[in-house]
Amino acid sequence: MSESTRTIEELTSADYEYGFSTDLDTDIAPPGLDESVVRLISSKKDEPEWLLEWRLKAYAAWRKMEEPDWAKLNISPIDYESISYWAAPKQKPVLDSMDDVDPDIREMFDKLGIPLHEQKMLSNVAVDAIVDSVSVTTTFKATLLEAGVIFCSFSEAVKDYPDLVREHLGSVVPVRDNFFAALNSAVFSDGSFCYIPKGVRCPMELSTYFRINAMNTGQFERTLIVAEDDSHVSYLEGCTAPQRDENQLHAAVVELVAKDRAEIKYSTVQNWYPGDENGVGGIYNFVTKRGRAHTDAKISWTQVETGSAITWKYPSVILQGDRSIGEFYSVALSCKRQQADTGTKMIHIGKDTTSTIISKGISAAHGQNTYRGLVKVLRSAENARNYTQCDSLLLSKECGAHTIPYIEVKNPTAQVEHEASTSTVGEDQLYYCRQRGMTEEDAMSMIVNGFCREVFNELPMEFAVEAQRLLSISLEGSVG
Amino acid sequence: MLHVNNLTAAIGGKQILNGLNLDVSAGEVHAIMGPNGSGKSTFAHTLAGRDGYDITGEVTLDGADLLDMEPEARAAAGVFMGFQYPVEIPGVNNMYFLRTALNSVRRARGETEVGARDFLEVSKKAMDLVEMKEDFLYRSVNAGFSGGEKKRNEILQMAIMEPRLAILDETDSGLDIDALRIIAGGVNALRSPERSMIVITHYQRLLDYIKPDFVHVLVDGRIVKSGDHTLALHLEANGYADFENGLGDASAQSLAGAQS
Repeated sequence: MSESTRTIEELTSADYEYGFSTDLDTDIAPPGLDESVVRLISSKKDEPEWLLEWRLKAYAAWRKMEEPDWAKLNISPIDYESISYWAAPKQKPVLDSMDDVDPDIREMFDKLGIPLHEQKMLSNVAVDAIVDSVSVTTTFKATLLEAGVIFCSFSEAVKDYPDLVREHLGSVVPVRDNFFAALNSAVFSDGSFCYIPKGVRCPMELSTYFRINAMNTGQFERTLIVAEDDSHVSYLEGCTAPQRDENQLHAAVVELVAKDRAEIKYSTVQNWYPGDENGVGGIYNFVTKRGRAHTDAKISWTQVETGSAITWKYPSVILQGDRSIGEFYSVALSCKRQQADTGTKMIHIGKDTTSTIISKGISAAHGQNTYRGLVKVLRSAENARNYTQCDSLLLSKECGAHTIPYIEVKNPTAQVEHEASTSTVGEDQLYYCRQRGMTEEDAMSMIVNGFCREVFNELPMEFAVEAQRLLSISLEGSVG
Repeated sequence: MLHVNNLTAAIGGKQILNGLNLDVSAGEVHAIMGPNGSGKSTFAHTLAGRDGYDITGEVTLDGADLLDMEPEARAAAGVFMGFQYPVEIPGVNNMYFLRTALNSVRRARGETEVGARDFLEVSKKAMDLVEMKEDFLYRSVNAGFSGGEKKRNEILQMAIMEPRLAILDETDSGLDIDALRIIAGGVNALRSPERSMIVITHYQRLLDYIKPDFVHVLVDGRIVKSGDHTLALHLEANGYADFENGLGDASAQSLAGAQS
């Protein structure tokens, strides 16, 4: 094996930076799932009757469903009875200000680089911090309310804005949508809720930071964003988890509703613990994300997926209204023994609807990366347009990249384009950069970042910088 | 400054350089000419530090053992190579690449890094030298560049990196006469008493523009004849046949040895 190939392997076996765990006094339910657990969760959260019924309906549906096996993923069986479905840090019940946040939790977030003190925060980004099953704090809530924007934990929304939640919950991802969405609907614990009223441009970026801390728990969060007519919002989510030898399950549901002429931009930097180089431990990430775009609305998904042992995720857009726009920009990195089966679904229903898909898959070490995407043009969708570009970058001999595009067109006026490429980081490229004085590590990171440029350009500024750094760290190793 | 003594290089068991000797002093421009497969590019790459060669012999730059250094350390020591086939790096803009390169060598030398604003000044001056427009800086490194643009980009990089020793590997290949003139103009402007250059070329044409102090003929991995720029004219008229059938051997070795 040439020296360059060997070094690439070293580069792609870096340690996980957020692998620490915090000793929090945690209220945790015994493992296992039956109807009583669903009732327990609902009562812990003091939920109204309708929501409990909704959960129970989902639970009953889930019991009858089979785990999907069509993804190109090699997963050891998940024992749903060994997982605890409720974990919450014990703390003061009511948080009136940031000073009430448990100092241990605050320290944990400081360590993650997410200070929860408003004066120390990134200006113009409001954060909802979620540990295990519950939201611990939301910053800038008052400032946002002045603009009419509601940004709070899902649990608070259920209490304070029950009509809004009831109207939209499950309206984009029905409880029976798929196995993991049904499970989430039954046991979801918390998440974020955003509501942007008519004509309002949200004055700051909204962001949720998810942290799994407790052992042997699943995290099932639920996010709902409703953007009324002519409104605009940009939302970011970040995720990390401690390094543990057991696999942990994360099954989230995100629903977006963009009413007429509204725009929702949803960005994710997912860095759950990926497991070690032998494939021990790591998060199983099974996520259902979908948005419904009404007339002239636009929904844009941008994701940078560097973590998780398993990623199963297809952020989608239902292009229901005429002239609605759906976008999907994705970077997925599979290092070590990570497996990612990710992509999108663009469902064209309205006339003159447009979708764009840019997917960049990077496979290193023994990583396996699959792009799976569906472009569906229904009979009603006159003049629908889609452009899809899937690029794969291979960094080792043992890794794999797979592209599985599905295209279903029922209207002859549709124009659907698909481009795909597979390449490697050439020894020539590394040599060229090194001849110009860069270390091999810097060169590698520059080349890989260049490969992802089109996607990073879609991220908000702070996140773009973070994503570049994350990618470099994920690829960095013991060179030199 | 550069001292090459009995250098041999093989790749995949195939011997390419067979005891090459060369000395280059500060401020000198040496041209290396030779037929296809004579080892010209291999010589350039062994100086720059490309991986994959089995090398024996000695190469020092200002007394430091070059063969022992990684390519990036050689760059920091002042070695620059203009590539025959400049590599494309999609998605990385030229300016970012150039500034990272410059700051990498500056950091390695313990010098302060150049900020974005100062760098723009530096690069504008360098761009004038090779008659490039500013939009060039914002395009991806060599991606979608024409052959001429790629070669001009190499000279631009050389102007920014300010090397001690520049090795230009067939910088003239694939250029039309206007591009050749621009590139040669750039190279000539970068000649200085502190900077040495090794210009590798097939054709005398380039040497009409860049007048070398010495011309060496490389055949079968050895320098078989050395002389002044008139040697290039001789080659242009008579080709390499004289040297390839071994006639030049004896005199060439003595000439190369005397050269320093």
